[in-house]
Amino acid sequence: MRFKKARGGAVRADLEAVEADVLATLASDLLELLGSQEETDADPLAALVGLTDGPVAPPDDPALARLLPDAYGDDPAAATEFRRYTEGDLRAGKRADAGAVLSSLAPLVGQGGRLVLDRETADAWLGCLNDLRLVLGTRLEVTEETDLHVGDDDPRAHALQVYGWLGWLQESLLSCLDPLGPR
Amino acid sequence: MTAPAELDLPDLDDAIDEDRPWVAIVWNDPVNLMSYVTHVLMELFGYPRSHAEKLMLDVHHKGRAAVSSGTREQMEHDVARLHAKGLWATLQQD
Repeated sequence: MRFKKARGGAVRADLEAVEADVLATLASDLLELLGSQEETDADPLAALVGLTDGPVAPPDDPALARLLPDAYGDDPAAATEFRRYTEGDLRAGKRADAGAVLSSLAPLVGQGGRLVLDRETADAWLGCLNDLRLVLGTRLEVTEETDLHVGDDDPRAHALQVYGWLGWLQESLLSCLDPLGPR
Repeated sequence: MTAPAELDLPDLDDAIDEDRPWVAIVWNDPVNLMSYVTHVLMELFGYPRSHAEKLMLDVHHKGRAAVSSGTREQMEHDVARLHAKGLWATLQQD
């Protein structure tokens, strides 16, 4: 599968069944990692008037912490305050991207087929592919020197292969999208 | 009798401090693609490709680059948008 430009700013790709299945599994794992809407937004009315205490500490899971990083490197109090007010929205945006990916994959799971994404959905794919690589890359502790092509006897072989494939997919999607400029 | 009230004069250093602009900094990480970082900087800030690529290369080679500057509130907004795109970003006073 590779992304190609389609009419009207859309992009398309032809997926094998196994490709659709792997992507759907990864996106659904990502949704689980990000937690449910209810967990992060228990009382919308209280949140609206600033009564709820949002999250204050970075997540323990390094992969989730990479998706939801501190905004202040040298000021823990300011980082906590920022997180309290923004982490819910950050999670919600990433959940929305993963949800859009899952919805567009739904007809292709188990059988493959042609994926056609309008510009908005293609942006959600771009963000979600990046989040998936951040999670996998953090779990695999990749560095800029990591060799993605290791022997089959290496326990990381499969995950590194998926990680490399996601990067290739993301490059292929990027090559179809001209930056839109600030909105 | 009472001691003269101490005047709470603004500290000159603080006043200067508050005038210093804030910057949003993007840090190097081993995962994000160079092409993706360039794309995000063009989209979020409207930079021409040449400027976005220069910033991206600064991040890659120097480990970090200030990608925008302004008030603290503006930089908090920019850092939130960078986080939404998966870039590792922080803000600080310049």
